[in-house]
Amino acid sequence: MTDLPGTPIGALLQRYPFVTRLLMDEELGGFIDEPDWTVERCVEHHLASRPDLLPAWRDAFLERLERSIQEMMEFVSDDTERVERVTIRGGRSKDGAPEPVQELTISVGEVICIVGPTGSGKSRLLADIEWVAQGDTPTGRTVLINGQTPRREWRFSTAHKLVAQLSQNMNFVMDLTVEQFLTLHADSRQLRPQGADPESARDEKTRTIHAIWNAANALAGEPFALDTPITSLSGGQSRALMIADIAMLSRSPIVLIDEIENAGIDRGRALELLLRQEKIVLMATHDPILALHGQRRVVLKNGAMQQVIVPTPRELANVNTLRAMDAKLMALRERLRRGELLEELGET
Amino acid sequence: MRFITVSGPPSTGKTAVIIKATQHLRQRGWRMGVVKFDCLATDDDAVYESHGILVRKGLSGALCPDHYFVSNVEQVVQWGLEHELDLLVSESAGLCNRCSPYIKDVLAVCVIDNLAGVNTPRKIGPMLKTADIVVVTKGDIVSQAEREIFARGVSAVNPRALVLHVNGITGQGSHELASLLQEAVAVDSVKGRRLRFSMPAALCSYCLGETRIGEDYQQGNVRKINLTDPGQEGKP
Repeated sequence: MTDLPGTPIGALLQRYPFVTRLLMDEELGGFIDEPDWTVERCVEHHLASRPDLLPAWRDAFLERLERSIQEMMEFVSDDTERVERVTIRGGRSKDGAPEPVQELTISVGEVICIVGPTGSGKSRLLADIEWVAQGDTPTGRTVLINGQTPRREWRFSTAHKLVAQLSQNMNFVMDLTVEQFLTLHADSRQLRPQGADPESARDEKTRTIHAIWNAANALAGEPFALDTPITSLSGGQSRALMIADIAMLSRSPIVLIDEIENAGIDRGRALELLLRQEKIVLMATHDPILALHGQRRVVLKNGAMQQVIVPTPRELANVNTLRAMDAKLMALRERLRRGELLEELGET
Repeated sequence: MRFITVSGPPSTGKTAVIIKATQHLRQRGWRMGVVKFDCLATDDDAVYESHGILVRKGLSGALCPDHYFVSNVEQVVQWGLEHELDLLVSESAGLCNRCSPYIKDVLAVCVIDNLAGVNTPRKIGPMLKTADIVVVTKGDIVSQAEREIFARGVSAVNPRALVLHVNGITGQGSHELASLLQEAVAVDSVKGRRLRFSMPAALCSYCLGETRIGEDYQQGNVRKINLTDPGQEGKP
């Protein structure tokens, strides 16, 4: 919009409905009912009624309005390149020795597991990816996107975060129901295709919210309602909702997972859901079944990628045995819950 | 000497973020000092000292901490120069949402945390709106969606700022913050410079120790609450 001060409030709000909030925050909400007044006139009127505001407030406000519009337009535009693959070029270990794995490329739809003891550099590797390291982190690694040096916006823009994160320490803290929460997240993404009429945009949003809720319920052992407060979801339900939300509402093409606990959630289906949404999944895990879900696993040692292992046929042949062991432990857990003694472990 | 002003609500992790972010710089031999501004009490000076960081604290007592800050900031800069610091950080606890201890052309960092309510970014004034870098902490314990919603809220009130997630405990993101802090401009004085935003104003009988309630005792710069029907608010 070229002449912002001369624009009538009504026309401004029609084009950029999101500025309502800014107007309210600046105590200009009363002018929303005066669609014919220009921005300039509202500002002058407001200044006249507020002797405590300095004249400089006018320019500061206009600048904020303009930036807010610019930023939001950039945010909703979908012209960012699709991430097809991420390449990590090796740097050095904590001793400064060259990293044994000199190149690792991960493509959309792949699950890569990361293993290694505490302090082996898992967090740093994940941080290098998140920051799109360009030889400027302690490891000296370089991260490429689609084989190219990435654009700077991957680092700084809130709209184009490369990485979404999920760990088992995460909790919901907002005082909202599942539906309110998903609505708020959808709104913060401005799920409204340009030019779409408000009604069909609302329908689209409702469909997305229901799809996420259904997907989360399919992952969680115990179903929850749309009007359940998110803070009262169980651990498994919370994790299920977080995963479904990351899969379907987060824009970030890469998902970093730091262990998913074994209780109350179908982890295999959780991974499938993420991969169906064309995510790249990096998962730090020491759970044997989950680790064999990965197409490859990276072994970290002393701050460096030591080795990349592709699960061998003999490893994969063990998956069913591992599943049986897992099922047995789960059954024992269930018996414990029912108040039984665990004297007989036999066939449960 | 590079100079940075850091502020943020109490207990958001300002000190932890500063210590983690400057670790990389200190390892490279940078001499660093911090002056901590607070109101009644702080133990942060001991925390800085335990990391070998030169530190002074200033407690504003009954005065507005912002006014106390701006009345002393030039001496603080001179103190830093005398000690031949490479990096001087002033850390202010943003005790009210109207706090605004930032100076034009001096790198301004605001630290807030994900546990604050979803509407909190809108409630924080110039401290958030006029910062160059907004550091969001405690992201490791809330969901991805909440982080995204919160970061959007920050960008909505301050679209100009770089928003960075830093974990004050593990240090995730602190190296990235350090690379930005390195770009802070050097100063040899802040005399004659301007604040980015006027400070919270007050000059009324209560500033001078009045404790009685009632119109008879209110003198000077007094603003009255508007209790009319919200529908009529701000109407021309």
